[in-house]
This record gives sequence, structure tokens and C-alpha cells, in this order.
Amino acid sequence: MTAPLSLASLAPEPDPRPVLIRIEGLNKHYGAYHVLHDINLQVREGERIVLCGPSGSGKSTLIRCINRLEVAQQGSIQVDGTDLAASTRQAAQIRSEIGMVFQHFNLFPHMTVLDNCLLAPTSVRGLSRKDAEERARMYLCKVGIESQAHKYPSQLSGGQQQRVAIARALCMKPRIMLFDEPTSALDPEMVAEVLDVLVQLAGTGMTMLCVTHEMGFARQVAERVLFLEGGQIIEDSPPQVFFNQPKTERAKGFLAQILH
Amino acid sequence: MNVEQWLAVVLDPDLLERYGPRFVDGLLVTAKLVAISFTLGAVLGLLLALARLSRSQLLQRMAAGYVYFFRGSPLLAQLFLLYYGLGSLKGFWQDVGLWWFFREAWFCTLLAFTLNTAAYQAEIFRGSLMAVAPGQYEAARALNLKRSTTFFKVILPQSLLVAIGPLGNELILMIKASAIASLVTIYDLMGVTKLAFSRSFDFQIYLWAAVLYLVIVELVRRLLKHLEARLGRHLN
Ligand SMILES: Nc1ncnc2c1ncn2[C@@H]1O[C@H](COP(=O)(O)OP(=O)(O)OP(=O)(O)O)[C@@H](O)[C@H]1O
Ligand SMILES: [Mg+2]
Repeated sequence: MTAPLSLASLAPEPDPRPVLIRIEGLNKHYGAYHVLHDINLQVREGERIVLCGPSGSGKSTLIRCINRLEVAQQGSIQVDGTDLAASTRQAAQIRSEIGMVFQHFNLFPHMTVLDNCLLAPTSVRGLSRKDAEERARMYLCKVGIESQAHKYPSQLSGGQQQRVAIARALCMKPRIMLFDEPTSALDPEMVAEVLDVLVQLAGTGMTMLCVTHEMGFARQVAERVLFLEGGQIIEDSPPQVFFNQPKTERAKGFLAQILH
Repeated sequence: MNVEQWLAVVLDPDLLERYGPRFVDGLLVTAKLVAISFTLGAVLGLLLALARLSRSQLLQRMAAGYVYFFRGSPLLAQLFLLYYGLGSLKGFWQDVGLWWFFREAWFCTLLAFTLNTAAYQAEIFRGSLMAVAPGQYEAARALNLKRSTTFFKVILPQSLLVAIGPLGNELILMIKASAIASLVTIYDLMGVTKLAFSRSFDFQIYLWAAVLYLVIVELVRRLLKHLEARLGRHLN
């Protein structure tokens, strides 16, 4: 059976995945300083997005807004159709399904690795210690840290600490994971072990937004690369397009600088 | 001089037999006085520190005023103000049903010491709460911990570890300052010393008191140092 070749079949197929995060008209000011300019962004369920851009362009601020660590003055962020700012139970539930990993790990230094992973599931989700521990051990195993469960953060290397931080966030069973330069505080020899965990996580279909300047990782994992400059998203392309034919001079300059 | 003669000057067995038991009582009173007022002062001090760090201007000002007053005037003056000053308003306290409290030198002393140490401890707690890295609050928020969980499980334990050292110093200062309780008829260690001296006129009694204070302070210092090293070994 030979169907006539239609033009429509050459166009990219529409993405069937539902939109999970919908950011509309987001504006954020620090005093008189306008950090985020009218950000509009849609992220589909399971999509993997890398954010990059020069220092001060607002990358951290943007993902911190998604996690409500910062509150924007204008605009809305909806997750799964629910406005994050709402004071409903549903909004609270959804907020607790957004995990975040920081540049400097921010583990709780007075607790063991295991207790770091137990605190939120037991106190926020109301899991029994036994169930929470089972879950924690599973994720610690996935990030390759299970044998260190009873150590304190200060006894681990930077790469190990960051893997614990990832496990700690995953223990809340988030639907969205945010990463703010997860490897830039690490010694070079530890970057790979953390990126490996991120690649593995990407393979599970997790919705991920990652601020990073690891362009190899972006090529391998990202479906879209967002380039920010001066508080605006000035490019939003698949990695092959972004790396090979960046649309803006700014992105070209940035890439030249970062790839030498 | 031989050993016996020496002993008669610094630790006369007769004197020891006569006043030793009183010294034990005095020690216990001092320990009780300091332990109770230091503990209550810690609770009040923590609340004051939270008030100073709160967003409410009113709470901030009130706590700052409290700290200013109690750190800026002598403990002795505060004690006299409470015991002789407030304690003289018999009619008023009877009306409000608190006379049983202000009548007793013991309660007045406890109150004065508590209020005083609370001011110092408030400053210690404030500093140690501010010393907790901002990333800790952010991590707690990112995990959606409740405010109470964040405070009691994440922030407070870390700030207490920072506070142990300065709290230990405050405890030692309190132990020594508690001697002024003897001025309002309390038979603490200093009180029994004064009593024993007034009867025996033997200055070695004061030597005993000095050595005893020294020993307590040294014990407390070592204990706290040990504790600090043990608990703080994972903080960097
Ligand atoms: N709490 C704050 N108060 C005032 N200005 C801030 C605050 N946080 C960030 N800024 C400013 O907002 C701008 C954007 O900051 P942001 O941290 O989002 O940038 P970034 O793209 O993450 O940069 P970097 O690559 O250095 O992390 C910067 O100019 C920064 O100085
Ligand atoms: Mg940043």
C-alpha cells in the first residue's frame, strides 16, 4: 500500500507528552534590578532541559522561582495545571513534588547520610521509618553510596556528597528535578560520577531542568537547551541546533568562550 | 614547718569536721541555683533570640531593650532591685497572689539570675542561629519541611553545636557570679563560707571556698570541652 507522500508527514511530529510546567509572563525584580524579563516557558512531562548563559543572566533565579525559593512579582507558574502560588492543598502537594539539587550540596552536616534522606519522607510524607529507610537505601544504592549510609557528610568527598543530595531529593519521589550547577563546585575528577547519575536519572523519564555549563552532558541528555541572557530566554533549541547553528551572536560568543 | 602544721593552716581537721558538712550543703545550693537559673535562662534566652531575629519590629525592639538592660547593669543591682525593691511591695504581691514568691530570697535570686543569664544567652543564641549557613534553610525549603521541623531538626541542632563554647563560658561566669546570692541570706557555697568564717575567724575557710570554686569551674570547663569535641566532630 503506497500512501501519497504528503508534506505534512515531513513536518516534525507534535510532542504527545502533556505540558507539565507552564510559566507565563514571569517578571522578577530585586529592588530596582529587573532580573527576569517576561519569561514564557513550557516544559513537557519527562522533558530534559539544560539552561545555560553568562553569569548573572538569571538562570538560578528562574529555577529557584519554580521551586518557590524566590517569588516573582508578576506572572504565573503552573505545574500540572495548578498555580504554584495558590494556597490550596493541591498546590502544597505539587510544591512538595519538585526536588532541587544545589551547587554546594547543602546536606545537613549534623545528620548521617541516611538521616539526611529520611527527614523529609518521614516528616512531610508521613512515611514510617522502616518504609522511608527502604526507599532511602534504594536511592542511595542507585547513586552508588549505599555503603556510606552511616557516615556524616563531612566524611565524604564532594562528588559523593552531591550524589547523596540527589538521593535525598529523589526520596521525596519528585515529578520534577531542578539542578543548579550541580557539578561546578566539584573537583574535576568528581564531575563524571555526578554526571553519570544525572544521565541515569534522565533515562528514567524524570522531568529535569538543569543549569549547567557541561556542554557534553547537554549534548548527550538534553532535549532542549535554553540560553539566557539579561533575564530573557533568547534561545530555545534542540542541542544539535544550539551547538551547530546558534541563532544569536550572543550564543555564538558564549559557546566559543565555553568550548574554547 | 612539718606536714601537720601545714595542714593546720590550710585544712585543719577540726575545722573540716565542724564545717565540712555545711560546705557540702552550700555546694549543693550553688549547684541547684546555677542549674535551675541557667536552664530557665536558656529557654528564655532562646525565645529572646528568636524575637530579635523575627520580622516583627516590635518584638525585635522589645528583645533588644531587654538584653540592653540586663547586660548593661550589674547582676547585684538586679538582685537587690528584685529582692529589696519588688520585695517591699508586700501589699501589691498579696493582692495578685504572688507574695509567696517575692517573700523568699531563694525565688528572688533564682528569678534575678534567670533574667540576667537569659540576656547573655540570648546574644549567644542569636549569633549561633545566624551562623547557620543560608543553604541549610534553602535545602529545608526545597524539601518542603515544615517550619517547625526546619527549626528543631535542622537549624537548632547546628546552632547549639556552635553555641556550646560560649554557653560554657557563660555557665562558668554564672557559677562565680552566683556567690552574690549570699548577700540576700542564701546559704550557697559563699554563704556557708561567710558563716563559717564569722564563727571561726580562720581565713583558711576562704581558701577552701576559692579552691572549691576553682575545682567546679575546671570540671565544668573540661566536661564542656569534651562534649563540644564529641558532638561537633562532624561540623566543618
Ligand atoms: N538576593 C538577591 N538580591 C539582589 N540581587 C540578586 C539576588 N540574587 C541574585 N541577584 C542578582 O540577580 C542577577 C541574576 O542572578 P542569578 O543568580 O539568577 O544568575 P545566574 O545566571 O544564576 O548566574 P551564575 O552563573 O553566576 O550563577 C545577578 O545579577 C545577581 O547579582
Ligand atoms: Mg546561578
